[in-house]
Amino acid sequence: MNRNIVIVALVTGTFALAGCKTAAPKQLPPQQATTLPGETDSLPPVETGAALGTQAHFENAVNGQNVVYFDTDRYNIDSVDAAALQTQAQYLMRYTNISVTIEGHADERGTRDYNLALGERRANAAKNYLVGLGIPASRVGTVSYGKERPVATGSDENSWARNRRAVTVVIN
Amino acid sequence: MKKLLVLFTFLAAAPLAAQDLGSAPPPDGQVVTIEQEGGLTGSVSDESEWQDLGIAIPGFATDRDAPTAANASGTAALGKELARVITADLKNNGLFKPAGPDGLPQPTFPQITAPSWPSWSNRSAEMLVHGYVKAGPDGRLTVGCYLYDVALQNELVRAGWVVPPRDWRRAAHKCADLVYSRLSGESPFFDSRIAYIAETGPKDNRTKRLAIMDSDGANHRFITTGRSTALTPRYSPDYRRLLYLSYVDGNPRIYVYDIGTGKQTLVTQSSNPTFAPRWSPDGRWILYSMAIAGNTDIYRVPANGGPSVRLTTTPGIDIGGSYSPDGRKIVFESDRSGSQQIYVMDADGSNQKRISFFGGRAATPEWSPRGDQIAFTHIAGDFRIAVMSPSGGSRRYLTDSWQDEAPTWAPNGRIVQFFRTERGSGRTSLWQVDLTGRNERRLATPADASDPAWGPILP
Repeated sequence: MNRNIVIVALVTGTFALAGCKTAAPKQLPPQQATTLPGETDSLPPVETGAALGTQAHFENAVNGQNVVYFDTDRYNIDSVDAAALQTQAQYLMRYTNISVTIEGHADERGTRDYNLALGERRANAAKNYLVGLGIPASRVGTVSYGKERPVATGSDENSWARNRRAVTVVIN
Repeated sequence: MKKLLVLFTFLAAAPLAAQDLGSAPPPDGQVVTIEQEGGLTGSVSDESEWQDLGIAIPGFATDRDAPTAANASGTAALGKELARVITADLKNNGLFKPAGPDGLPQPTFPQITAPSWPSWSNRSAEMLVHGYVKAGPDGRLTVGCYLYDVALQNELVRAGWVVPPRDWRRAAHKCADLVYSRLSGESPFFDSRIAYIAETGPKDNRTKRLAIMDSDGANHRFITTGRSTALTPRYSPDYRRLLYLSYVDGNPRIYVYDIGTGKQTLVTQSSNPTFAPRWSPDGRWILYSMAIAGNTDIYRVPANGGPSVRLTTTPGIDIGGSYSPDGRKIVFESDRSGSQQIYVMDADGSNQKRISFFGGRAATPEWSPRGDQIAFTHIAGDFRIAVMSPSGGSRRYLTDSWQDEAPTWAPNGRIVQFFRTERGSGRTSLWQVDLTGRNERRLATPADASDPAWGPILP
């Protein structure tokens, strides 16, 4: 219920640019914009047309830091990852009705079964960090794709580094 | 609204699961072994020339050219096809040089039990296979198979089978198995099936479907439609069920697919992801690996349902698992030492001991059906298929490529299948190699292919 209000509020004024597929009502009661939560957060206001509840809105808000990367066979959260996850946590603190799934991935230089387990471990490492920052575990799901869904298709160190990742995705 | 939708999806999980499945394969026909009358047995004339042992395999004869559902041109044409299947089976094993049926004289029906020796003795074949096919009044086929030593002009072995017409290739595989076993002293393996994952599409958007086929690639069938990713299948020892991983509900989970009914169930009712399914050799137990909060352990569950028992408890990834042929031990993979290594434990999880100590990483162990070897993936730069003894000694490489992984044993423990990934393109293919490592060949599949799982010899 809260969620509907939030969507309505955020879409106000940017609806024409949104291009979103959520069923936003045609008539937008403008007075509800005042109910937008977390206005005093340190997160900069979202300036694109993406609607709250979409992946685009989240990625814009966290400035593209919705992915964290791992070393070969590792799953520890380094300082760069920690900064990204802190930004994600701020977003999730602000929009308390948003839930996410963290997708864990591995590079192609591993055996299939092991990489599925490794992807799960990476997704959980990212999840645990968010939970440690106060995000309820119930709002953070995990799924492992092992080495089955690379984003970089080369067979080189650079591609493998890009594929060893945990991607936070808004559930919609 | 959203909550309702989620709930609906959840409740519909079972029917949804079925939605990724194509039509169920037909049930197996029965192959009846029959007694062939009379006959002598002798010994092989020359044991020393294995690699060059020529085997002539002319077309099988028929008593009368009768129509059959197995071949549009009748039983005479079917006789030639039987010989063709046997010839293809016996090739590429490093043991024989089979030839036929093209370019060879066609024996008559009476000659099957009384070969025309003059027409065979001046060819470069030490062994001769003869056979016949007859169509019975009920449509079933009777296939007889005879192996002769040309120099001794002696019969070595004979056997016969009655098969439904659609299983005619199985009679040919049985004959190839008979010849192979008699000449090599090894157990048969041709009359068996392979489950694997068929792959299509670009590297970053692959469609992965569960598929099955005969050991020679014939009778190929897709089990899943490809709408959701399927991985790591394993045939039950009786070929009635398949274990495999599917993302059909969005998460990786192991399903038990019943080939007879075309229905499937979750291996365990849990919201946690499950991976790496395996059968016990007697088909009574299933091993699976389950991740809880990122920590993966190996579990055992009765194949017909019941509570799961956790077998590993160390922090880290414990995964896979392959039973020794007597079902008393399990070889598995764990990174508890810091990297993937191979361990052995008793079937109840006790006495866990690391056995791989040779540098690099060691993964995907599979116990040979003969019990004497463990095949695995050795990772030290490249990924290579290797074998070692069950105590971890005598490591030997069978392949040398950029990425070979996931070995599976032929039913007789003499050949290992695996899949090879091509650097760059990510294209995958099935290969097999014998235990010498010298005879390696690619298996023909309709699409790219990975995760082969070889089932046992069919009854």
